[in-house]
Amino acid sequence: MSARFDHAIRLGDDALILGQRLSEWCGHAPMLEVDLSLANIGLDLLGQATHFLGVAGEAEGKGRDADKLAFHRDVLDFRNCLLVEQPNGDFAQTIARQFLFSNWQELLLTEVAAAPDTALSDIARKSVKEVIYHCRFANEWVVRLGDGTEESRKRMIEGLDWMWRFVDELFDAKDGAASLRPEWDKRIATVLSEAGLEAPKPRRGTMGGRKGHHSEHLGHLLSEMQFLQRAYPDARW
Amino acid sequence: MVATAATSTSFRDRVFEILAHVPDPEIPAVSVVDLGIVRDVTDEAVTITPTYTGCPATLAIEADIRTALDRAGLSKLKIETVLAPPWTTEWISEEGHAKLRAYGIAPPTMRATECPRCNSTHTEEISRFGSTPCKSLWRCLDCREPFDKFKCH
Repeated sequence: MSARFDHAIRLGDDALILGQRLSEWCGHAPMLEVDLSLANIGLDLLGQATHFLGVAGEAEGKGRDADKLAFHRDVLDFRNCLLVEQPNGDFAQTIARQFLFSNWQELLLTEVAAAPDTALSDIARKSVKEVIYHCRFANEWVVRLGDGTEESRKRMIEGLDWMWRFVDELFDAKDGAASLRPEWDKRIATVLSEAGLEAPKPRRGTMGGRKGHHSEHLGHLLSEMQFLQRAYPDARW
Repeated sequence: MVATAATSTSFRDRVFEILAHVPDPEIPAVSVVDLGIVRDVTDEAVTITPTYTGCPATLAIEADIRTALDRAGLSKLKIETVLAPPWTTEWISEEGHAKLRAYGIAPPTMRATECPRCNSTHTEEISRFGSTPCKSLWRCLDCREPFDKFKCH
């Protein structure tokens, strides 16, 4: 498989799986405005996924389009990072995941936007404008929950604690993203300090998503997301 | 007539005029031309660009443009989608701004947000995300009406 396919499929799968996760909040968020926000962020991510998976399909050259790649692959063939497939948990856990991911995604897409591959850089340049919004939303909520009530603070700490083990994978040197870590650390530290929180203690990161070694959660997510195409292969609207 | 690669102004104008009557599916008060979704017209193709990558209206917009072109006897014109340079609210025309305001949606602005009903700038944001990807929710502190604002993007 080409390096271009590998690159595009990682970008696409991250966006697709997190977009699907966020859509689970639709109709369930703590209040209407948050419901709209999470659904909109999910929608942005699904749009990005469609474009990135489209490029992956072209790079592969076997006639698979974005839909085929999204709906006709099983767990082992997905290349998303483990962070995005983690369950929503409570609202604070969802915010923790978004906070860690969006700040990383903005840095990553900024880098992709400047790369010579125009198919990918065009998508990245467009997407990064959306991700800046996602960061603002997540950062504000980390501060609001961390600096809120005793209960919200406790939940924010627990959410960050749960998600933190998946951070190292984002900066795996094999993906060439290691150079983004210092800037990311700085951003995260700034928001956490405003929220009166501390970064969780460093621990050994859990990796494997980029090789298709996923947590149990991804299979459940796919069985729901892919239900229609599994039951009625190639069904169309 | 000598064949030329350049598209004649009259043809371009004609196609733009046709598309100026294709409404945005989510905000029918403005057309796809007002919003800056139509980038260019040549003898071969109409070039369009999506507003937000995940905007569900993108496919409907393409289908509506196709229908309008076919009805005008321009079935041979292709529709091509480009992502670069990315769409921003700067692409919305002056006319588009006026139509949005008349429809009750505050147009995108970096200056103080004006209530589209009473023109007061005594307004506040309720939610950064609104009923469609391109809008945020605001309220007027003078006439007390809530309203949508087209996000600066």
